[in-house]
Amino acid sequence: MTDVRVVLPTHLRTLAQVTGEVKVTIGGPDSTQGALLDALEAAYPVLRGAIREHGTLRRRPFVRFFAGEADLSHDPPTTPLPPAVLAGREPFCIVGAMAGG
Amino acid sequence: MSGVRVLVGTRKGAFILTADGKRRDWKVEGPLFGGWELYHLKGSPADPDRLYASQSTAWFGQQIQRSDDGGRSWKPVGNEFAYDGETGTHQWYDGTPHPWEFARVWHLEPSLSDPDVVYAGVEDAALFRSSDGGQTWQELSGLRGHGSGPHWQPGAGGMCLHTILLDPRDAERMIVAISAAGAFRTEDAGKTWTPANVGLHSEGIPDGDAEVGHCVHHLARHPSRPDVVYMQKHWDVMRSDDGAQTWREVSGNLPTDFGFVIDVHAHEPDTIYVVPIKSDSEHYPIDGHLRVYRSRTGGDDWEELGDGLPERDCYVNVLRDAMAVDTMDDCGIYFGTTGGQVYVSTDAGDRWAPIVHDLPAVLSVEVQTLP
Repeated sequence: MTDVRVVLPTHLRTLAQVTGEVKVTIGGPDSTQGALLDALEAAYPVLRGAIREHGTLRRRPFVRFFAGEADLSHDPPTTPLPPAVLAGREPFCIVGAMAGG
Repeated sequence: MSGVRVLVGTRKGAFILTADGKRRDWKVEGPLFGGWELYHLKGSPADPDRLYASQSTAWFGQQIQRSDDGGRSWKPVGNEFAYDGETGTHQWYDGTPHPWEFARVWHLEPSLSDPDVVYAGVEDAALFRSSDGGQTWQELSGLRGHGSGPHWQPGAGGMCLHTILLDPRDAERMIVAISAAGAFRTEDAGKTWTPANVGLHSEGIPDGDAEVGHCVHHLARHPSRPDVVYMQKHWDVMRSDDGAQTWREVSGNLPTDFGFVIDVHAHEPDTIYVVPIKSDSEHYPIDGHLRVYRSRTGGDDWEELGDGLPERDCYVNVLRDAMAVDTMDDCGIYFGTTGGQVYVSTDAGDRWAPIVHDLPAVLSVEVQTLP
């Protein structure tokens, strides 16, 4: 089991009633982006539908995933998380895309 | 009556304005859900402490918030609005088929008798119902599937179901309105629906008298006369005397019959209010004068009401859900603007005063008259 650090955008921190980073535990071999998001939504059910669409589990269009200065937004959910995220050296950042006014 | 609670939805949060029965000194609370769009908040007629709010952003989607203590605290409830069965298609702006896609909840209408029952009008247009206080939502798919759905097209603001009128005589009877499909009515709790647009005429659609395709902006009626329904259409103010089966125009002497809001005095079923807007491409009052118009004859004859409203340089809009009335003995009329003002009249529209000046753009105004 691995504890992954997750940074949520302000609106989702408010919604989940958390401050700062959150830690999410994911299982050994299933250390993928999809598994992380599943675990995050299980820990904070209010985030269901806010990061990924209900049903399809597609990333919402104006949500981005960054880690270790890389944009992981377009990686399929089966993509393993970067080693630095799994080792706890880097957080997995969920970001509201810069858009609008 | 002890006072009023005004629920204001804006582009950047919700505000709650409260006052005693005199409605002179106001307490302003908010923003609640700061930074989110609050398309609509509404209280249960059966339990004034039960409030529902539609909270959304393009970034993080839809949330429904519920309060059980009159707005002092809130908790998120269910936010999954899954279309029932085959999703199907409607027409896109270019006339091509486009799959129904949920975008947001425009309007929440709590049941008249059960605080746990609430209806949601959504974009892309559909009607949902919750019977567990908003925890879960089921589509009343007979509306979207009644036959004309594939021909519906969005208006400029999206294809939204924005008005839900519940019938105080019979919980199975409802009228809803969709931009830009028109009005629809059901007499069997939403299983089957009938287009309710006979008598509407719209420029800008191929058949101006079509069964569907009209851009209805808002509907209103008085609970004592449910068969009399008033409509602010894209252009034209309309009236039905037979429960929306047929309509006739009552724009009369209005300076422009374009607008978004329409509402009815709490104690005078023939007294109605609109806010004329210059045109469909100029969404502001004529000549920068913000004016409410009142008819005491159920339409046709209108009088200008401007005492206390801006006389010049006012170029705001008043959106479709941004007018409400209280049920105090001296009926209060309220409306909010895209400039962030919320105005009140405590004498049925003769004189107006701002409650607040500088909120974010106001999307909706509802008022509860508290016991």
